[in-house]
Amino acid sequence: MSSPHLTQTNSVSEIMLKVLLALVPAIAANVWFFGPAVLVTLSLASVTALVLETVMLKLRGRPVVPFLMDGSALLTAWLLALSIPPMGPWWLIVTGTAFAIVIAKHLYGGLGSNPFNPAMVGYAVLIISFPVQMTQWLAPASIALSHIDFAAQLDYMFFHVLPQGMQLDALTSATPLDTLKTQLHLDKPISAILSLPIYGEVGGKGGEWVAGAYLAGGLYLLQQRIISWHVPAAFIAAICLTAGAFHLFDPAHHASPWLHLAAGATMIGAFFILTDPVTGPTTPKGKLIFAFGAGFLTYLIRVYGSYPDGAAFAVLLMNICVPLIDAYTQPPVFGKKK
Amino acid sequence: MKLLHRFNGGIHPPQHKTESTRLPILSAPIPEKLVIPLHQHIGTSAKPLVAAGDAVLKGQMIGKAEGYVSSSVHAPTSGKITAIGYEPAPHPSGLRDLCITLEPDGLDAWIERHPLDYLNMDPSSLRNRLRDAGVVGLGGAVFPSFIKLNPGSGKKIKTLVLNGAECEPYITCDDMLMRERADEIIAGAKIMRFMLHAEEVLIGIEDNKPEAIAAMRAALKEAPFEVIPVPTIYPGGGAKQLIRVLTGIEVPAGERSTDLGVQCFNVATALSVYRAIAHGEPVLSRIVTITGAVNKPRNYEALIGTPIDVLIRLAAPVKDSDGAIMGGPMMGFELPSTCVPLVKATNCIIVKSATLFPPAPQPMPCIRCGKCAESCPADLQPQELYWFSKAGNFGKAQEYALFDCIECGCCSYVCPSHIPLVQFYRYAKSEIWAQEREKKASDLARIRHELRVDRMEREKREKAERLAQKSAQARTQMNSEEET
Amino acid sequence: MIDAILVMSGLALFLGGVLGYASIRFHVQGNVLVEKIDAILPQTQCAQCGFPGCRPYAEAIADGRAQINQCPPGGDANIRKLADLLGVEFKPLNAKHGAPKPKSVAFIDENTCIGCTLCIQACPVDAISGAPKQMHTIIAQECTGCGLCVAPCPVDCIGMIPVPESISTWKWKQPDYLMGVA
Repeated sequence: MSSPHLTQTNSVSEIMLKVLLALVPAIAANVWFFGPAVLVTLSLASVTALVLETVMLKLRGRPVVPFLMDGSALLTAWLLALSIPPMGPWWLIVTGTAFAIVIAKHLYGGLGSNPFNPAMVGYAVLIISFPVQMTQWLAPASIALSHIDFAAQLDYMFFHVLPQGMQLDALTSATPLDTLKTQLHLDKPISAILSLPIYGEVGGKGGEWVAGAYLAGGLYLLQQRIISWHVPAAFIAAICLTAGAFHLFDPAHHASPWLHLAAGATMIGAFFILTDPVTGPTTPKGKLIFAFGAGFLTYLIRVYGSYPDGAAFAVLLMNICVPLIDAYTQPPVFGKKK
Repeated sequence: MKLLHRFNGGIHPPQHKTESTRLPILSAPIPEKLVIPLHQHIGTSAKPLVAAGDAVLKGQMIGKAEGYVSSSVHAPTSGKITAIGYEPAPHPSGLRDLCITLEPDGLDAWIERHPLDYLNMDPSSLRNRLRDAGVVGLGGAVFPSFIKLNPGSGKKIKTLVLNGAECEPYITCDDMLMRERADEIIAGAKIMRFMLHAEEVLIGIEDNKPEAIAAMRAALKEAPFEVIPVPTIYPGGGAKQLIRVLTGIEVPAGERSTDLGVQCFNVATALSVYRAIAHGEPVLSRIVTITGAVNKPRNYEALIGTPIDVLIRLAAPVKDSDGAIMGGPMMGFELPSTCVPLVKATNCIIVKSATLFPPAPQPMPCIRCGKCAESCPADLQPQELYWFSKAGNFGKAQEYALFDCIECGCCSYVCPSHIPLVQFYRYAKSEIWAQEREKKASDLARIRHELRVDRMEREKREKAERLAQKSAQARTQMNSEEET
Repeated sequence: MIDAILVMSGLALFLGGVLGYASIRFHVQGNVLVEKIDAILPQTQCAQCGFPGCRPYAEAIADGRAQINQCPPGGDANIRKLADLLGVEFKPLNAKHGAPKPKSVAFIDENTCIGCTLCIQACPVDAISGAPKQMHTIIAQECTGCGLCVAPCPVDCIGMIPVPESISTWKWKQPDYLMGVA
């Protein structure tokens, strides 16, 4: 074996565990606002991911234990589960996770080789195939028209039955971004839309706290040097600049940048999705371009596309560009700087 | 206070230096047998000057420098040459190399020495002396020093850098040398400055060696010599990194630092320059740190050719010791056997044990986290180099500046997937060198074959012409005969 | 209708012109391909391919008269390079032409040599020195290891000796990389 004969004791598992840890505040916020069903979604996605990871590793002839221990399958499952509506039916969760693990990850060569973010591939497949189920977000408990307890939530998730006399519409609502889009189509002014009960101080009621929790987790990852500042900074800057420009130009039809930061997948995207090292560029300049492009696209798809949020598609589109970005942003080597 | 520069990357591995600095340098006894390799430097092997059975004196040249980039080899003590042959060499391959075996007679009798008064000599004869004295870089690279002391015509050397940084963990030979023999180091630096006409001499020492810094400061009184403590960071003692820190100049790969007005030498090299010029003594011994899994880690002054297992026994290895590393833990290599001789490049021997160097964790796939690029002092993208090297795409690896890699090992050290990155680069480099060798050989064969084909055609043509001439002559003769 | 025809024929003329210009401007000499193939071939000049040397074999490949897998000294690595260059499928070495052998050099047992010069005539790279009735010797640095000198020797004094690995030719191996075979 060649030198060096010393290594640091860090490991891939440690990195993944810290990212999982950083997701805990957001999970807690989700549970607080949308009920314990979130935990069921998470567990179901985790179990599916781990089982399929094992099966795929066996099929591909790879050692199972070290790869299961790396935590990457669990992370994919959690990120996807947090993007699915809290009371989504069980098959939705299983299908999405299966797609992420089997197709987006292992068929492309497994850990380290997948060109697309597996969680976002899973999400994109679900939102294209099951748009109805994917847009029925449970309304925060405080504004829902009727209240649903945990047992009833489970009944709905696994057997698709609701308590006697309860309508699904009374439990769910469109997301803040979705609402904004449909109401603008109805020619309502922004100020009127934003006074609807689903909106909170800056984003969606409840959702803005979840976004805050992602931000907190992201700051922890920055402090731990798991992620670099380039990606979140450029992504947030791109959203602010694009949303800000549209807002300044036409405030009646374009929400302020604050809403775009606090709503949708902005924060999870900035700190947890785009920062996936496998599917992102490695050069500092490349990271800035990648994240800025993703932010710009997120805004465009979000506002002008037909889907409730654009982050997933923006990430996948930018994933395609990564080899190109890396090739053209190679930093100068020692002694060859201009 | 001089304004220091910094280089990107670098790491802070555990130091393990105090273990071997508690005791002063000790002279290792003359062993029963010395095995002196003829190739202890960069360049061509020295040519043996003695035969088996010859009696030699201490300091007698037994291998002569061959070609320009080469250096001489000397008998480290007096005795009898018992063999010239291929012996196991201290090299990662474990292959044998041409060595001279010397059986000491115990008298340690010197050959006649000729000190030089350097101030009244021209640099070129001083360089010849250094070449004949076998002076090479003792920091580990063992490049013949006389070449580096030849700036070339019209080149101006502004700064002479003395490297006392010693950034690698465990190694303390330069530290102890500076503490104990600062005067001689400074004397050597003066000779080098004289040879290069350097304006200033900057002595860079990492700030984890306060005793060495104090000793060196005490030894030098006058300008333009200056001892500069530099921050402790690995690989801050790499020549390019130290030049960058002290002067701000970045020396690109493939370029000579002399072209940029800087030259850099190890402190131990300065000392051997002094011994060679002022005392007429060639390089016969060096300071080596014996540390790691031993009970008595310390620095020894040992004769070149001393078997390494003899030195390890002096340091009393612990029970579970197993094998040894030559050099530091970051750039050294595991000795295939400890029954190999100490050479000019041997600055440190780290005795291994499972507790000190546990087996490397199983590698995982690269997740492109970029920690390696952050730590790379050459500003490379190690993850890309790894990818291309692994795929055998050597052309692309060269495009991504594979040969700018200094193999410092920072990338492998920080890699969370524990990929043996440096080994991939070494593999790629040696494959590329092999391809170039083959290309050269096949080009030569093509030219020789073409020349042969041309020659044969010419011979055939000439033969045909001669035949035609002969038959024409015969015909004219016949015709004339018929006519008559 | 007329517009469409005009547009199409105009386009056809324009593109035809561009192609015609390109074929003249970027014309590749026929020899260039032969040179490129020849540069890949190992230049042992051993004739195991069935041609009298590396260059004739290169010409034959360029003309389509020979397969790319007829060169044992080059081995699979060279076949791969040829396949890359010519844009054809890789095929394993044709065993009919011999098996790859480790790099060797010829060695003449100087006690047995009778100085007949037959080997000198056989050597494709003039790597044997000697004169009639004088002992011959191999210039090892220039020997390609083709083995063509072995057969003509009437006293069987030439042997092929594999070149041993030395410190200067030793290569680092690719690490055993068990897990991330990815």
